Amino acid sequence: MARHIVARTTDIPPGGNKVVDVDGRDIVVFHVNGEFFALLNRCPHEGAPLDKAACVARLTSPEPGVYQRSRVGELLRCAWHGWEFDMRTGQSWFDPQRVKVRSYPVAVETGETLAKGPYVAETFPVHIEDSYVIVET
Amino acid sequence: MVAMRIDCDIHPAVGGTRTTLLPYLDDHWKEQVVSRAIDGLDLTSYPPAMPLSGRADWRPANGKPGSDFTMLQHGTFDQLGASHAICNVLYGAQAVYDPYMASAFCKAINDWIAAEWLSRDPRLRASIVVPMQAPDLAIEEIERRAGDTRFVSILVLAQGESLLGRRHYWPVYQAAEKHRLPIAIHAGSQYRQAPSSVGWPSYRYEYYLAEAQAFQAQILSLIYEGVFGKFPGLKIVLMESGVSWLPAFMWRANKTWRGVRVEVPWVEREPAAIIRDHVRVTMQPFDSPPDATGVADLIDQIGCDKMFLFASDYPHWQFDGDDAIPPHLPDSIVSRMCADNPLETFPRLKLAA
Amino acid sequence: MSDVIDRPVLEQEASAKSRLRIIDCDIHPSLHSRADLNPFLAKRWQEHMKTYGDHLRTPYIGTTPYPRSSPLIARRDAWPPTGGPPGSDLAFMRKQHLDPLDIEFGILQVLDLFIFSQQNLDFGAAIQRAINEWQLAHWCSREPRLKASILVGQDDTEAAIAEIERCARIGQYMQINVSPRANEPLGRHRYWPIYARAQELGLPLGIHVGGYGGHPPTGGGWPSYYAEEHQSNAHSMAATLTSLVIEGVLERFPRLKIVFIEGGFGWIPPAMWRMDQHFERFRSEVPHLKRRPSEYVREHFWFTTQPIDEPDEARHLRSLIEWVGVDRLLFSSDYPHWDFDDPRFAFKTPLSESERKKIFNSSARALYKL
Repeated sequence: MARHIVARTTDIPPGGNKVVDVDGRDIVVFHVNGEFFALLNRCPHEGAPLDKAACVARLTSPEPGVYQRSRVGELLRCAWHGWEFDMRTGQSWFDPQRVKVRSYPVAVETGETLAKGPYVAETFPVHIEDSYVIVET
Repeated sequence: MVAMRIDCDIHPAVGGTRTTLLPYLDDHWKEQVVSRAIDGLDLTSYPPAMPLSGRADWRPANGKPGSDFTMLQHGTFDQLGASHAICNVLYGAQAVYDPYMASAFCKAINDWIAAEWLSRDPRLRASIVVPMQAPDLAIEEIERRAGDTRFVSILVLAQGESLLGRRHYWPVYQAAEKHRLPIAIHAGSQYRQAPSSVGWPSYRYEYYLAEAQAFQAQILSLIYEGVFGKFPGLKIVLMESGVSWLPAFMWRANKTWRGVRVEVPWVEREPAAIIRDHVRVTMQPFDSPPDATGVADLIDQIGCDKMFLFASDYPHWQFDGDDAIPPHLPDSIVSRMCADNPLETFPRLKLAA
Repeated sequence: MSDVIDRPVLEQEASAKSRLRIIDCDIHPSLHSRADLNPFLAKRWQEHMKTYGDHLRTPYIGTTPYPRSSPLIARRDAWPPTGGPPGSDLAFMRKQHLDPLDIEFGILQVLDLFIFSQQNLDFGAAIQRAINEWQLAHWCSREPRLKASILVGQDDTEAAIAEIERCARIGQYMQINVSPRANEPLGRHRYWPIYARAQELGLPLGIHVGGYGGHPPTGGGWPSYYAEEHQSNAHSMAATLTSLVIEGVLERFPRLKIVFIEGGFGWIPPAMWRMDQHFERFRSEVPHLKRRPSEYVREHFWFTTQPIDEPDEARHLRSLIEWVGVDRLLFSSDYPHWDFDDPRFAFKTPLSESERKKIFNSSARALYKL
């Protein structure tokens, strides 16, 4: 597992996302409900960019006309065909076992920790006072 | 004893309201029908003289195809080899706008079928004809027949006033589920709107082809309105719908649902899975691919051998000769469709040993 | 896990250049605003458009009673960064669609204002002309890869014929488009003068899903949900195919070619089987048909591939393609709509080189004489 610094936490506002290149892969990092999630930025269906997906609630219903919402903003509806994916796990709604987006573990670390190395990327200057999003591939 | 072969779709014919049904009307309706000459409720969908409506060798010398009891017995049981058969009367009682008239006529049909067909041959069963435009009256008719287990299903037409999934029909499905009566959706139209989204067809042939799309729309309606979630015991039987359109229809429904699920979050499984559990289909007409490989592919694509129900559609002309089973079907399908599937689909079928 | 996407984009996928060049038979350009049509409209109609606007058989003036699953039915990534609705910006269309997918030609299908269904026929005639001119001025003259279609309101035959003649003289249009949800099924005799002109001019007839014919989207009534209404497009195409074949349009116009656009193709084999199965029984009603219905379909009809069917098993898609016939299929993307098909990934079954060539290029090339 390689660890990559991909962004400062302040680069990604709540409800927003950032697309970063990690080893030739486009990875999209979401910031929602105080957490960060990282997914391969390509829908397994036909390759749509997930950074343009709608971030919505997890929607369930016990019967017609009743709408139950939870985990607001943590589900993605793909920008193209609307397939729903759980940001946290990459699993699709309709077939969680077989259809998933590749998801990556994310950590947030302070500049102070990172400055001790060896995780500092050349192209990504690290400042002690900032917090950073780390993606593991 | 004849091997079990349950014909799930045959059509005894009503000669007329003022003739066949008159004895089964109360005094008020008797007077209305006679003094106002209310009669001739043959559906536009099925002109009796048109070739499809009756195979030449199944037409009596006098009267409509399906109106002669002995002829129907001989055709269904002796010639085509059924051991039992379900009668679906297509006389258009449901299509009059007056809900009380429709209800009275439906009741008369059900009384007539019980008295003059079911009571004369213990191999016969029937669907309950109901006035869906007035769901409470439909439920009354269902409750009236519920104790007579010779009635094994509820008949509705493929094209009614509103799509069958709509909320105002739900009490009917509650009653159906309670009494273990599947809803038999049969080809036929009340012509409340154009038979297809592109307008009014010029030909009966064109109309008949459009029926396939209407069945599909009904299935989608039942699924997306959540009927199977609310009534998990409910089964739907498509009668005279054609079969080969099923796979592409299921694929498209799944495809759409995956993307638009947020609109109907109470639909918790993909439509194809719901269809395989809740929808059954009679095998005439089949609308077959041209060869055995094609048929095998199609059966594979449908992916559920429990869905198929043997039917001749007697006396409608769907095939020639004495074999009502569509060609090229795998043997395993044939044996299931003749007995196991009908028994499972119509739990009220009680058959002599 | 979908193997196709769980890896970096391969070199040859990053840009489709030097692979098969694609002819995309369904691209939807859109107006930035209705005022874009003003240069092509007389003052009287500019005023009318502003004051009265559309008059369609639908409850809302500006939207649909079956709200779509995404804004303006579009992919969420198709909104041009410079502003305007999806499909309104040529530079962005090049950047996002034409260039990376190496589209050799794209056939335009304009849905704005839905000219085919306008109840005010004079208004319809004015805006159809404006839209046909706008296609050339804004799109085709600036981008040679894009090709226009002659859009005509089929229910005003006289105005339709006049517009067909006008556009045919210009000579830059690929086909004549009408709507499947017209006042009557398209096979009916009232529409035959349009087919006569199409045949004489050697232009295919294009039929794109959609329209406000005033009928419910299904023969059983009005559905409640977009999920149902979306699938009803396939049903409308099946009913339209039936009408055209059974009314004898192809018997009367034996050189006519017809393209069904955005209907997908899964429904076609069962439609052909059903027509053929019942032909003998209904033969006496339609003595004008000299051939089996499926023969007319195999000779006169083409079908764009989007929305492609997605059976769980790839071999089922293969069966479907063989039943329809590779020669009948024309690739389409439906850019920028949400149910867009990406030509690189939409076909989840392997195609041979010659099949790919036909579907993605040579069949459309021959049909549209490109």
